[in-house]
Amino acid sequence: MNESVPAGGRVATAVQVGAGSPTMAHGVAEARGLFDREILAQALGGSFKKLDPRVQVKNPVMFVVLVGTVITLIEALAHPGKFAWLITIWLFLTVIFANFAEAMAEGRGKAQADTLRKMRSETEARRLHPDGSESRVAAAELAKGDLVICEANDLIPSDGEITEGIASVDESAITGESAPVIRESGGDRSAVTGGTKVLSDRIVIQITAERGHTFLDRMIHLVEGANRQKTPNEIALTILLAVLTIVFLPVVVVLQPFGHFAGATVSVVILVSLLVCLIPTTIGALLSAIGIAGMDRLVQRNVLAMSGRAVEAAGDVQTLLLDKTGTITLGNRMASAFIPAAGHTEEELAEAAQLASLADETPEGRSIVVLAKDRFNIRERDLGTSRQFIPFSATTRMSGIDFDGRQIRKGAAESVRRWATELGGSVPAGLNQIVEQIARAGSTPLVVSDGPLILGVIELKDVVKQGIREKFDEMRQMGIRTIMITGDNALTAAAIAQEAGVDDYLAEATPEAKMALIKSEQEGGKLVAMTGDGTNDAPALAQADVGVAMNTGTTAAKEAGNMVDLDSNPTKLIDIVEIGKQLLITRGSLTTFSIANDIAKYFAIIPALFVATYPQLNTLNIMKLHSPQSAVLSAVIFNALVIVALIPLALRGVKFRAAGSAAILRRNVWIYGIGGVIAPFIFIKIIDLILTALHAY
Amino acid sequence: MGFTWTIVALIVALGLTWRYLGSYMAAVFDGRVHFLGWVERPIYRALGTSPEHEQTWKRYAGSLIIFSGVSLGLTYLIFRIQGSLPLNPQHLGAVPPALSFNTAVSFLTNTNWQAYGGETTMSYFSQMTLVVQQFVSPAVGIVAALVLVRGFSRRNSSTIGNFWVDLTRCLFYILLPIAFIAGIIFVGQGAVETLAGTVSIHDALNGVTQTIARGPIGFMEPIKQLGTNGGGFLNQNGATPFENPTALTNWLSIYLILSIPFALTYTFGKMVGSIRHGATLLVAMLVIFGSFLAITSYAEHQGNPAVAAAGIVSQPTGNMEGKEVRFGDTASALYGVTSTNTSTGSIDTAYDSLNPMGGFSMLGGMMLGEVSPGGTGSGLYTILLMAIIAVFIGGLMIGRTPEYLGKRIQAKEIKLAGLGVLVMPLIVLILTGIAVSVHAGRIGPLNAGPHGFSEILYAFTSQANNNGSAFGGISANTPFYNVAGVIDLLVGRFGVMIPVLALGGALAAKQVVPAGLGTFRTDNTMFVGLVVGVIVVVGGLTFFPALALGPIVEQLSHGKFF
Repeated sequence: MNESVPAGGRVATAVQVGAGSPTMAHGVAEARGLFDREILAQALGGSFKKLDPRVQVKNPVMFVVLVGTVITLIEALAHPGKFAWLITIWLFLTVIFANFAEAMAEGRGKAQADTLRKMRSETEARRLHPDGSESRVAAAELAKGDLVICEANDLIPSDGEITEGIASVDESAITGESAPVIRESGGDRSAVTGGTKVLSDRIVIQITAERGHTFLDRMIHLVEGANRQKTPNEIALTILLAVLTIVFLPVVVVLQPFGHFAGATVSVVILVSLLVCLIPTTIGALLSAIGIAGMDRLVQRNVLAMSGRAVEAAGDVQTLLLDKTGTITLGNRMASAFIPAAGHTEEELAEAAQLASLADETPEGRSIVVLAKDRFNIRERDLGTSRQFIPFSATTRMSGIDFDGRQIRKGAAESVRRWATELGGSVPAGLNQIVEQIARAGSTPLVVSDGPLILGVIELKDVVKQGIREKFDEMRQMGIRTIMITGDNALTAAAIAQEAGVDDYLAEATPEAKMALIKSEQEGGKLVAMTGDGTNDAPALAQADVGVAMNTGTTAAKEAGNMVDLDSNPTKLIDIVEIGKQLLITRGSLTTFSIANDIAKYFAIIPALFVATYPQLNTLNIMKLHSPQSAVLSAVIFNALVIVALIPLALRGVKFRAAGSAAILRRNVWIYGIGGVIAPFIFIKIIDLILTALHAY
Repeated sequence: MGFTWTIVALIVALGLTWRYLGSYMAAVFDGRVHFLGWVERPIYRALGTSPEHEQTWKRYAGSLIIFSGVSLGLTYLIFRIQGSLPLNPQHLGAVPPALSFNTAVSFLTNTNWQAYGGETTMSYFSQMTLVVQQFVSPAVGIVAALVLVRGFSRRNSSTIGNFWVDLTRCLFYILLPIAFIAGIIFVGQGAVETLAGTVSIHDALNGVTQTIARGPIGFMEPIKQLGTNGGGFLNQNGATPFENPTALTNWLSIYLILSIPFALTYTFGKMVGSIRHGATLLVAMLVIFGSFLAITSYAEHQGNPAVAAAGIVSQPTGNMEGKEVRFGDTASALYGVTSTNTSTGSIDTAYDSLNPMGGFSMLGGMMLGEVSPGGTGSGLYTILLMAIIAVFIGGLMIGRTPEYLGKRIQAKEIKLAGLGVLVMPLIVLILTGIAVSVHAGRIGPLNAGPHGFSEILYAFTSQANNNGSAFGGISANTPFYNVAGVIDLLVGRFGVMIPVLALGGALAAKQVVPAGLGTFRTDNTMFVGLVVGVIVVVGGLTFFPALALGPIVEQLSHGKFF
């Protein structure tokens, strides 16, 4: 019986450190509008700076546009004419718009990096020497392994582990959470981050990071996208776009000899326009912006991904390992029922339970007081001075109160039973069944005894978070299997798993069992995501394809994972998966859109190109565009403007709805595929009408 | 046999073939068929190999290239010295070097582009050498497709089979038996089969003496069709009664052409463990095939505008210019579409005389990359390349790293698939561009203007796609067209095949991602639409300008699009 109630003790002692609760406050990511004026201004400047051919050549599609612009420019200079100049200008704008999209995406990161940089302390640190003496050194001079002292109101100079002392620390600079957190030596709460502030007490910190490699430095690097590497899918897509560009190059170039054979003179300006319209400029221009914006969206949700690869992997995840406590259930068990033993009333039990819990400041203890008040309107009372609270201890596994000669205890079934029998009481009939029933339902039974008289059992229920079941249903629809990880025994785990609606559970989980589970899933070809915070989670975090470390966790955990959640909210794993998917969907949809657009552009440009030689080709001018020149110009203008029009979509990402793959595909094929075929016909026609109205042509 | 019954019989026969030949081929390539073990074993011993001796893709490709190189050399040599070789009743001299090389390459690449008149150029020995190539070149195509299929069916594997074993099995278990049985039917129907020389007949009525070509034709026919080769014994190919004597042989030709390319989709499905996936590709092929058939049948059912211009307005039998009266407009359209959609290129009609949209359709079938159903093996691997591109774009759209049959499609796969898809349009457009620019190229076509352009474009499209049919009207046996043709043929064949083998190797080495609800479905109607969309958009976008200057402008000259 006792084994099934392992938490009886933990309930009473768990010291709740003020771990950052999930809030919407953000430290890193101040909420900025999509088109923040400051970023906009910077991005405009950046658009021109990026014209450097060394930058352009990294994007094969846009590089071709730039070369094309130079060709039309030469043509315009050699044979000046309004048409050649207008085309040159619009081709140039196409390049600028692409640069602008990228600069916009980067600008948001840069703004965040600047905020962070201001935080990087250039203060002096109090270095502690092995002989016990102290000296003041610049934070920059601190090396890994040095010991420093921090007292109230000191900025912690660099990342480290507390080796001595306990302190409350304000980490709002990084997490945005204003409530201070407790950090203490030993255990899983010993890590401190450079740039955060000690509010009280004195701690000795051993520096764990080299200068320039602190958490803050890494964060600045990440949000800035300084050494952003292309992710695997992005590389694959770039190759596909390059292939399309290479195909269209000869398609357009051979039109010169083809035209010549037909006796037509083919305008170089129109050929360049056709090429630019055909190659996938829309996605080519927005591709890097989409990637940067994806990372940015994570930062907005206070998640730092160490690499874009991890974000992409998140979209591919097929198995989610979720810790039960804090993710699936609220962190704390709550009293949910009083079940009296034979011969006692519920009220009697409630009253005793409340008395035993008055001094119990744990959430569980408080929930008992509240439940008693709610059910029987039993109020807390003044018990005079003769009362004596009995705190929980690991040996007795009980807590309670002594007053007026009464000895009230609550605790693990086995302990309370033994205590009562020792006092000469007996175990009431049916008590064992009640205890067993509660345990089987996944709850924790606490037995209450008034002296030798066992009154009954309090049911402490693990409360499953609201809405989590629906989340798991969504996950299932997306083809993601959720596995609950818990230290509870199989019986309890099964009950909670069923209530929460997870697909599977791992009970009595040890770090080794967790690791083995991840490996077996991966051997089956699946990608696994998990969260963790303890040092013993580190190997599993490293092994998982997506390992999200909690910011409250240990340095080891943070280094092992490939993402850090500054809010330390494990539920966020689900958001991360969605962002990963959204990133790929945005790329795929815009690629489809880009290619689908080509059809209309052909109908605009091909008749224009050869109509002088073959007037009958005007039949293909199904948009009835005004003139060959206006047709080509309209297509080029559309091609340029569509980039600008899609910047918000690229930065925000295509709307993601949790649904099966078939439904998502159908929706996106309709919008971006079929829509991509139809839209340019309409807009090219409109642009042509405007050009005609302006008497441009 | 009415046209409807022709179609119905064809559908039934092909349906059964798809199912049973498909699963039989899978069994052969999985090594589960052994009844010819006594033939296989000595061959393996002689080659110093065995079915257990598996190759990496590089070794497989190496073997394939060595085999092709040797057979190319031998074929060339035989053409050059045919005057000194037996079975030459007409005492034909050596075939000129450029033509020999062009022809050797053409048959090596399963193209059978014939820049020569068969009966006036090749001795019987040379013709038989060509027949050997007609057996081995489709076999090479099939084994290349097999490598790609194994790429999907294997996991964490560094090897992808043994070229020599696959080739031997393909020849002895599949091609030879079917060709033999069909050969009996052809000869039984009256196709000529003799080793005796030509006969001279004095036509007293017209007062001329005609020389009638004969030869071992009957048994060449089945493999010409079955292997989607297309190269006939006689210059007029399937339009002559000596090669294609009856309506039954005409039907049988169409059946044979389509049987293996369609059935390979079943083989694919069987080997990857999902018949549905094979059926999905089959449907995609049928959609394209059916569309071209509809366009051509409709176009050819219309009168010939040139004939109409000459004053004959009523043409109730459709456009009969250049057609065999025996077959009529629709059956000819079916044969034409079959032949151009399968890289066969045998003809029973003069394509030069098709109505513009009929010609467009012939060109279109090839320009889409010969995937509907394409050549033996090459059709399957080309549509798989298209499917990979479709999976990639579609997969991204659902937010997952794209995967096809559990294999992740990443940078390397996209690079190889992209290369395979890119090669054909690239070489066709560049060579056509050169041809219309240089004098040697411009004198080739018979006609001027758009039709002449179509003739050149058709020649290069046909060769790059290893189809081998000619639009006619082009003087192909010139140094320029022979040399350009060789480049076109080799690049079109091996430029696709080598990336396909590499892709097979890359995929086989991969882990399989288990399918789930979040997996992008690649076995449903939506995917058929995506694959067809990718094929049409990629092919359409690359060739639209060229088509606009050829058949489209020609058609529009007649006033309307249809």
